Amino acid sequence: MPYTRELKELIKRVEATRPARVERKRRGEEFPVLSLKEREERLRKYHPDFKEGSRTEIRVGPSKGYAISPEIVNLLEAKSRVDPDAIDLTKVAYETDVLILGGGGAGTAAALTAQENGAKVLIATKLRHGDANTMMAEGGIQAATKGTKDSPYYHYLDVLGGGHFKNVPELVYTLVTEAPKVIAWLEGLGCMLTKFPEGQLKALHGGGTCRKRMHYAADITGAEIMRTLRDEARNRPEDIKVLEFCPAVELILNEYGHCAGAVLYNLETEEYFVVKAKAVIMATGGSGRLHIQGFMTTNHYGATGDGLILGYRAGVKLCFLHTVQYHPTGAVFPEQAEGLLITEKFRGAGANALNIDGEQFVNEREPRDVESASFIRECTEVGKGVPTPTGKVGVWLDSPMIDILMGEGAVKREFPGKYILFKRFGIDISKEPMLVYPTLHYQNGGLEYNSRCETSIPGFFAAGEVSGGVHGENRLMGNSLLDVCVFGRIAGVSAALYAKERFQEGRLTLDHVRRYHRELEEAGIITDRVAPMLLPDYSNPKVRERQLTTRYLGTIR
Amino acid sequence: MEAEKKEKEDLVPIFIMGKRYEVPSSLTIQKAMEYAGYQLIRGCGCRGGICGACATVYRFPGSYKIEVGLACQTVVQPNMYLTQIPFFPATKSVYDIEKIKPTIETLVKAYPELLRCLQCNTCTKSCPMEIEVMDYIAAAMRGDVARLAELSFDCVMCGLCTARCPAEICQYNIAILGRRLYGKYIAPKAEHLASMVKEVEKGRYEQMLRELMDTDEETLKKLYNEREIEPEQAGEDWTPKDKTYL
Repeated sequence: MPYTRELKELIKRVEATRPARVERKRRGEEFPVLSLKEREERLRKYHPDFKEGSRTEIRVGPSKGYAISPEIVNLLEAKSRVDPDAIDLTKVAYETDVLILGGGGAGTAAALTAQENGAKVLIATKLRHGDANTMMAEGGIQAATKGTKDSPYYHYLDVLGGGHFKNVPELVYTLVTEAPKVIAWLEGLGCMLTKFPEGQLKALHGGGTCRKRMHYAADITGAEIMRTLRDEARNRPEDIKVLEFCPAVELILNEYGHCAGAVLYNLETEEYFVVKAKAVIMATGGSGRLHIQGFMTTNHYGATGDGLILGYRAGVKLCFLHTVQYHPTGAVFPEQAEGLLITEKFRGAGANALNIDGEQFVNEREPRDVESASFIRECTEVGKGVPTPTGKVGVWLDSPMIDILMGEGAVKREFPGKYILFKRFGIDISKEPMLVYPTLHYQNGGLEYNSRCETSIPGFFAAGEVSGGVHGENRLMGNSLLDVCVFGRIAGVSAALYAKERFQEGRLTLDHVRRYHRELEEAGIITDRVAPMLLPDYSNPKVRERQLTTRYLGTIR
Repeated sequence: MEAEKKEKEDLVPIFIMGKRYEVPSSLTIQKAMEYAGYQLIRGCGCRGGICGACATVYRFPGSYKIEVGLACQTVVQPNMYLTQIPFFPATKSVYDIEKIKPTIETLVKAYPELLRCLQCNTCTKSCPMEIEVMDYIAAAMRGDVARLAELSFDCVMCGLCTARCPAEICQYNIAILGRRLYGKYIAPKAEHLASMVKEVEKGRYEQMLRELMDTDEETLKKLYNEREIEPEQAGEDWTPKDKTYL
């Protein structure tokens, strides 16, 4: 739906201040950035993480007492989807060297390197291969590739500053030193990264970067990476098999406490299958579909935090889950596009964030948490948000500035995905600004692991959004595509080597699930909640009242 | 009462696989199916118009025209009757990207049916991303890999073109082969990238990074605050004043 008459009137205020703002931008005059102290204060006062009731202590398991979002705690304090006694672990449906749970960027990168290291690989994924947050990442992938102005040293500092200096140093070291290698790897696979005619990679700033090192493939960087990795995996069909619509619902350990497989659930036939593996990689991604604090989300349909639940039940600690990343710019208009990610690259390319009077109120390149908190402040305490026809509120993102700064046609050329999408709704974003508000975007933390992607359980590896530590308390843009490629590749190598050299055959068991159930009981947690959730429930409650024959546990029988 | 009446007025009839449901007029096809009571398993992925999981075809009564769209991006219209195409069988050629060349021979060897194109333009008319599909197939038939890559860049691989092609071509897999050939063999190499990789492997940054890893938080904060920021409007040739850590 195009902008309403009221909104078109308000856009005039944006247009009125635009020439002066463009002039300032051209002169290099930026809205002042906040000092570290001011940032901290802004976060404490306005970031959703600091809101009362935003954190609850987990009452069971290896990270008992750790306070995180209640939406995740509810799933941790829930039973397995299946009775461990009902599963016959001697009936093995699939056997493989390396089992990878999750078919997104991390899982697929891991499949490629595991295969290159001699492993037979099975990928089990909840939706289709590639239906993942990686596919949706738009802005880009960070790497210090230009030695005349940048180096991994500065990338390291930026990552730490974004993460409130809490990041795990070894993980950050690995991220920034592997980064250029990953870009070269992608180039070698034929990823169409955006380049100058002579071949230099184009690069932009992201929030919190001191050098322009965000490489990209137009505004569909994640999709370009994902479809290339997936195509490459499909070129190795003898060694890399894929089971779609088969999420894992439980890890299987062996008598020595090593990870030895998983129980999969075929969403279509409703069967449970036992997979036996020499090593398992958890790469199930994030949890935006839990709609923490009721926020809309940019995440894909399957992002329900399954890997956290499975890994935790098996005994892996959680870390850095106490902060959640809200992306400052989720669409709030039109309604059909609600929650949709508007890439940070718009701000990197020069678009200002503006209030109802067309005034700047924050530098548009603060780290994401600070930027989000500032938007929320402007719309609540300051009261200068822009009201939408559906009763929401947002701030303007002045995309037409980009055409003025970079030349006419720049928005269409640099952001073809968003340009087409908004055009379908009757909005030309090279002429009219977008209305945005913070949206649930990224799980900063997750399963504890090290720079070889090992967890505390032998034979069990983690990579990508499901893991925690590399981004500290807040991830910078362009570092998640990097994360999935860097640690996905490492996990694949580590798991393949483990399968070859350290794997020990043993009797399969689900005793850890029985133990976990007992622990729930002992903590007095009586519930019929089951986890993992698998899929969110968006069905109509009135319809559900009439669905009398099926007892729904969560969303799936 | 008022609210209920308003809600009623806002409802429009749509036909999901021939069955009539009344749904709010502002919903996308995807949300309308959920509203109607469907728990989606297939046919739903990113919900943001990029993964290609929710290809949908529909018609209006009295119209011969087959309309297409992504269910997560298309707003319902009264009386549309629709179905999703959750899966469509496709050909996928297996190749070793290291061993092929960006030529017409590669394309035709991988997908000989490419030459069966009838130039009927149904593929282009079926594309929810408004890609000139027939034009990129024509480019492929000429061996113009660069043009094939460029024209197909926005493809979400939803499969609607393939579902409707009378020549039984799998356009989107030809397109990704073309893009990978372009990215690997035709696009000029990033030389700065190769030299950075070499420097990292030689250990150029090792000591400075190890030192940073051992630095206390207060000093790190100082270093962070003092780091020189590349101006947003700076050109490619910009260099920082302090070159100690390059």
